[in-house]
Formats: sequence, C-alpha cells, structure tokens
Amino acid sequence: MPLFYLAVRVVGAGADRFTGVLLTDRVAQLTGRSLALAAVVTLGCVVLGVGSAFLVTRTDLPLRRLFGVLAALPLAVPSYVAAYAWLASADLVDPTLRFEGFWAAALVLTLCSYPYVFLPVSAALVGADPAAEEVSRSLGRGGWRTFTGVTLRQVRPAVAAGGLLVALYVLSDFGAVAILRTDTFTRAVFNYFNLGIVDLALVLSTVLVAVTVLVLVGETSTRRRGARYARLGPGAGRPAGRLPLGAARIPALVGLVAVAGLALGVPGLALLRWAGAGVSRPGSLTEIAAAVGGSLWVSLLGAGLTMLLALPIGLLVARAPGPVSTVLERLSYLPHALPGVVIGLSLVFLGINVLYPLYQSVWLLALAYAVLFLPLAVGAVATAAGQAPAELEQVARSLGRRPWTVFRTVTLPLIAPGIGAGAALAFLTCMKELPATLLLRPTGMETLATRLWRHTEVVEYAAAAPYAALLVAIAAVPTWLLVSRTGVLARGGG
Amino acid sequence: MGEIASLTVRGAHKSYGPVAALSGVDLEVPAGGVTAVLGPSGCGKTTLLRCVAGFVRLDAGEILVGERRVAGPGAHAAPERRRVAVVPQEGALFPHLSVAGNVGYGLSRAQRRSGRVDEVLALVGLAGLGDRMPHQLSGGQQQRVAVARALAPRPRLVLLDEPFNGLDAGLRVEVRRDVRAALRADGATAVLVTHDQGEALSVADQVAVMRAGRILQCAPPAQVYRSPADSWVANFVGEAVLLPAQIQDGFATTPLGTLTVPPAGPSGTALVLVRPEQLEVLPSPADGTVPATITGQDFFGHDALLALDLDGGTRVSARLFDVVSHPFEVGTRVGLRVRGPVLAYPSPRLVG
Repeated sequence: MPLFYLAVRVVGAGADRFTGVLLTDRVAQLTGRSLALAAVVTLGCVVLGVGSAFLVTRTDLPLRRLFGVLAALPLAVPSYVAAYAWLASADLVDPTLRFEGFWAAALVLTLCSYPYVFLPVSAALVGADPAAEEVSRSLGRGGWRTFTGVTLRQVRPAVAAGGLLVALYVLSDFGAVAILRTDTFTRAVFNYFNLGIVDLALVLSTVLVAVTVLVLVGETSTRRRGARYARLGPGAGRPAGRLPLGAARIPALVGLVAVAGLALGVPGLALLRWAGAGVSRPGSLTEIAAAVGGSLWVSLLGAGLTMLLALPIGLLVARAPGPVSTVLERLSYLPHALPGVVIGLSLVFLGINVLYPLYQSVWLLALAYAVLFLPLAVGAVATAAGQAPAELEQVARSLGRRPWTVFRTVTLPLIAPGIGAGAALAFLTCMKELPATLLLRPTGMETLATRLWRHTEVVEYAAAAPYAALLVAIAAVPTWLLVSRTGVLARGGG
Repeated sequence: MGEIASLTVRGAHKSYGPVAALSGVDLEVPAGGVTAVLGPSGCGKTTLLRCVAGFVRLDAGEILVGERRVAGPGAHAAPERRRVAVVPQEGALFPHLSVAGNVGYGLSRAQRRSGRVDEVLALVGLAGLGDRMPHQLSGGQQQRVAVARALAPRPRLVLLDEPFNGLDAGLRVEVRRDVRAALRADGATAVLVTHDQGEALSVADQVAVMRAGRILQCAPPAQVYRSPADSWVANFVGEAVLLPAQIQDGFATTPLGTLTVPPAGPSGTALVLVRPEQLEVLPSPADGTVPATITGQDFFGHDALLALDLDGGTRVSARLFDVVSHPFEVGTRVGLRVRGPVLAYPSPRLVG
C-alpha cells in the first residue's frame, strides 16, 4: 500500500523529471554512502554479535549471565538516543570536538544494533545439537576447524537473519544519521520533504526501495536450497559442553566489558549528566507526564494493530509454506527497510486523499506503526506456529472438535508465548520510532521520542535528557522479556 | 452413541503430483477387530490412514465408516465429523494440557465428569497419572496416553500410525500387548499401520499387506504367513526360501529335490516357497537328503538361522530350534530335507 502511493506519486511527477533527478552525482553519492554504512555496520555487528554470543553460550567465561543481559540491552537504546548521548558527551573529551560524520554514525549504529545478531545467534548456539560437533571432532577435525566447519554453519541462518535485520535497519535509520549529520538517503528524503520538494523526496525513496530489494534478493540467493539446519531424528537434545578459555579469558573479558561500556556506559553517563538539569526546569514535569502518556498510548495502539495483522499472516507462513507465503513473508520485510519518513509520507497522502476522517488521528499513526513493524511480529508468530506442529491440530480434529475450537484450545495456547514476544517487540519498536511519529502525530500530541528530537535539534541537551532516560527505562521492560525468552539467561548460568 | 463400525475402502486413488501414493486400494475391516496394514516405507500406508481420517482428500474411490460414506465422489466429511480417532507416531500429545486434559479433550463436559477419563487411563495402565504433564512421562507412557485419548470419546474407528516406532524393543512388546488389550476391552475397531511384520502378525486379527499403493493380500496373520498371495508377500512377511522349479503334474523339480505342490498352482517354470523352519538339517548327508555346506549362522537365543550353500550353488536358509544341543560349525557338510507342504508361484516375468 505505501509502495502503491510511492508509485502513483512518482508516475505523477513524470518520467523526465524522474530520470533527471536519478542520474545525478548526488544520488550516486547517497547510494554509495548508504550502502557503505550498511556494509560497515553489518560487518561490525556480525563480528561483535557472533563473538559475544559464542563467549556467552559456549565458554567458561565468568559472569556469563550478566554479559548475556548486557549484550542484549542496547536494544532498549534507540539509535537517536545513543547518537544524542555521544554527541552530548563529546565535549568531555575535547570541547571543540564535533562528533559527527560517517564513522561516528557507523560506530553508534553498530553499538545499537549488534543485539540483532547476538540474540538469534546465541539462541541458535544454545539450541544447536552438540552431537554434530562431537562427530566432527571424532572424525579428526580440530577444535577451530569444527567451529568454522560445523558450529558456524549450524548457526548460519541465525547470523544471516540477524545481519539482514541490521542492514535493513541501517538503511532505514533516520534518527542517528540525522543527529550525527551523515548524509544518507533517509536524511536526504526528510530534508527535501521539509523543504517542500516532495517529488525529489519521493524519487529518492524509490531508489532506496530498490536498494533494499537488492539486499533482500541477495540474502535469499545465498541460502542453499533444500538445506536443513535443524537436528534430524527424534530424541531430546543435550546442552553443549563449554570451552575452557584459559589464558584467553582476560582479553575476552576486556573485550566484552569494552563493548558493553561503549554501548551502554556512554549513553548512561550522558543521561545522568544531563538529566538532573532537565527535570529541574520549571513546568517540565507535566510536559514529561504528557509525553509518557502519549508514548504509551500510541505504542499500545500500534502494537495491538500490528499483532492483529501479524497473526493470520504468521500462521499462513508457518502452515502453508509455498510460493505465496514466501512472497508474503518477503513482502512484509520491505516496509521495514523503507524509512519511516516514506511510510509517514505515503500515509499523509492516503489520509488526505482517501481516509480523511483518520487524518490527524492516532489511528493513522498506529497504521503506520503496523506497516513498519509487521515483519517483526510476523516472524515471531511464524516461529511460534512452527513449534506447534500441524499434527496436533489434526489429532484434535479427529477427536471431534471443530476448526475454530481447535484453534482456540490447541493452537492459541501453544503460540501464545510467541504472540507475547511479538507484541513486546512491536511495542518496543513503536516506542523507539521517530520519523513517522513526527509526520503523523495529531497536532499537539507529544511523545517521548518527538520531545527528545525537538530538544536535540536545537542543541538543548539538558532538556532532552529526561525524555531519553524515560525512553530507555520504559523500553528496557519489553527488552528484558525478549532476552529472557532466548534461553541465554536460563541456560547460561551454572 | 458408542456403536463401533466396520471400514470399507473401495478403489481409493491418491497422487501427489506425478507420484501415486494410492493406486486402487480395496480394504474391508470388520467391526470390532484389529487390522494391520503392513508394508515397506513409501508403500502408501500412511496416506491411506490419513485419507480415512479425513486429513487428505481422495482423488477417486470411496471410504465408508459403517454404512456412512465419509469420502467419495463429491463427498468429503471433515475430520471432526467422522468419529475416527488417530494415534499418530510419537504420540503428539498436547504439550500444554495435563494427561487428564489430553484424554478428556474429545469429551463433552458431562462425559468428562462421568469418569470416562479415569476409565480409559486405567484401561491403558496409567490410573492415577491424570495430573502429570506430558513431558513428565516416559515415551511408553506418552504412547499409552495417546491411545487413551483416542479411545475416550468412543470413536467408531481408531487409527494407529506406527505407534510403537519410537520405543525400544522390550518396552515395545509390553506397550503393544497392553494397547491391544485396551482396544479389545473397549471393543474398538482399530487399524494399525506398520512396517514391522512381527508387530503386524502378533497384534492383528487381520493383516493387509500393501505395496506400491495397492493391497496385495488381506487375511488372518497365520494365513498370510502360511499361504502368501505371491512371492513378494512371501518374502516380505517372514523369512522365505524361493527356489526356481519346473512343475509338472503336481510335482516340482527343485534344487532341494522333487516336492509335492498343490494341483491348482502354476505349471512349467515357477518359484517354490519353503520356509526356513520347513528345512530339516541332518548332521551328515544321507539317503533322501540334499547335501549342503553351512556358510553362516545368525544366533537369536531361542533359535538360529543357518545359511547354507547347496552343491549346485543355490543359497538357502534353515531355522534351528535346538542350537545348544546341536551345535553346527561353518564349513560343515550336512543333509537337508523338506518337511510339510510347499507352495508354488509363477516366476516373476523377466524384463528386457
């Protein structure tokens, strides 16, 4: 639907104009920079994510549980909050230092998004069958060759899925690159839109969509057809043994502490430093309360709507694997890579032209959230439904229960945890969303994210701090729920 | 309510793309008995079961449960309307429900209160375990719960899909015996799908041997073993020695000498079936015996299977029941004699 609007507007702008804008150095430059940023950040996230996942789940590292939590917590820090924190802390090092540009954005985005790789990979490492590794060792392969040849291949789908999420996330990120003044597609789109050059903004959006499609297609083609990664055969799996680190303990510990310190310490420090000053401003407490209320209300609405749409799609994807469900699944990835500003834009047009009663209401914003975060929720539901075998439903029907009763008494209870996880994830991302919220919120409505944005834009770090702190605090709750589900905490101890 | 029903399958066809899973299955299962559908992997037996349960639609043919046609041209009753209960491989218990919750799943509230849950749990030997969760049970117990769950609503027909597959040998025999007793006690009609000929012969009142989407023979176990419908069935059900033979006037000339065959059988070039236990092994070649050399021995405890080479090069096997007092060494020369009647089958046509 947003894509349809994009197409309509671009066609309306005329082909001449389209190619005229498209074939400029500016577009080439933006494409290059966006792709380079995505590549650098994805690479960094894979290294950090796989490394820390392995250390936490497969070695005798001390304080593994703690590090498991710490490695997942950056999920609760929106990229623009982290960017703001780094920016606002730069003067501690050198008052004249401007923390901005490509590498600044790459650093901040890597530290914010490596949990997207860490979480699935550590879950896969915990679930992987150690028997395959034992067989490899018994066939004369050493520890390192077993790790690269068997262990890494077992978790390959998790690495690929995490990397894909990171790449899409970077391509669509707006807050961090805007605050750190790195010119990428999303920032250019937003600027053109603000300057009133809507056609240009839309044309750039189409290029971004094309780039995203390329990334998606590339990821699909690297999957080998027909390959299976799950364990074969019945019987319960065993947890894998732990690798003694020996002398490597110290550097491993130092590395994890450093990553956690950069990803969490810097924002924490900045927030502490500025928060006191921010709260003491007269009249700000009511403003803060209003923003909290706004954030919670909009996010709940958005998460609810997202889950409502995700449930049937997720079930279809899991139950009827085939070309239709594959296309559906892939299609729902696409909006995830569109900048929120494009979704926002297309829904503004939709609101004005078609759904006028909804325009300037929270419902339109909730719809934007649903479009943006559907893939996350669909993934969660599909995974859960995959764990509730269709065989159980067949048995239930053979016992004389109608399909609806079977759904209510068997399917739903089994996939409830997955729905919960999807809802937590949707809620979390709705809280963090910035650009679509900026465009679509009803006049006068404020959320934590919009307040933070407005204050950062005019370099009021102190005024921005309480909003940032609250955002992180509220977002930490669903993050905790998600982390506890991966099994890192449950099995990581001992 | 609780009437049990016969099952009739006529001309059932089902293909998955170019692969034919069922190509004309005819099967009659009388009410109140256990029928085993026996066949190698991929013969279509699980597809047949899923068609009867209603999970898969037939391409052609019809299925009747009792007098009621549940599948046929233009008719396909939903699984929940057939009153045909299924016990799948590995049990497939509902993991979020207790044992009692599982067993009571197909019952109305009134039935649940009537004590039917405890009744069927006792039937499968699990009285008092209703409050357990499925993951707290052993594999054999889970399988028993799955059977109890299927029996609880008094279905007209119970289908069991290789239900003892996941169990180890000792447990298997025990669970099998108890499940059969439970089925008998409840008077249910049951169809058991299996690839294990020992299981089929020991559990069922009737065995239907299936191959490549067709039923080759459907008869009581003893009859299937003693007079298999063709040489393939003979080989699949139990050990078989199939000898090339020339048949004339009720006499078959074989490498094991001249044997009497039923007059109604084929004549000319044919195959003769000798079961290993029909071969008598004498310590040394004597008059009226065929000389052979022992080439191997499989010892099973209660008996042993000897591999032997006849002087003409034909390989045969013989079952010995008293191995301990008559030990045989590999390489020993012995004499063989055939006991009892043998059957003859037309030679499989040579291709090419």
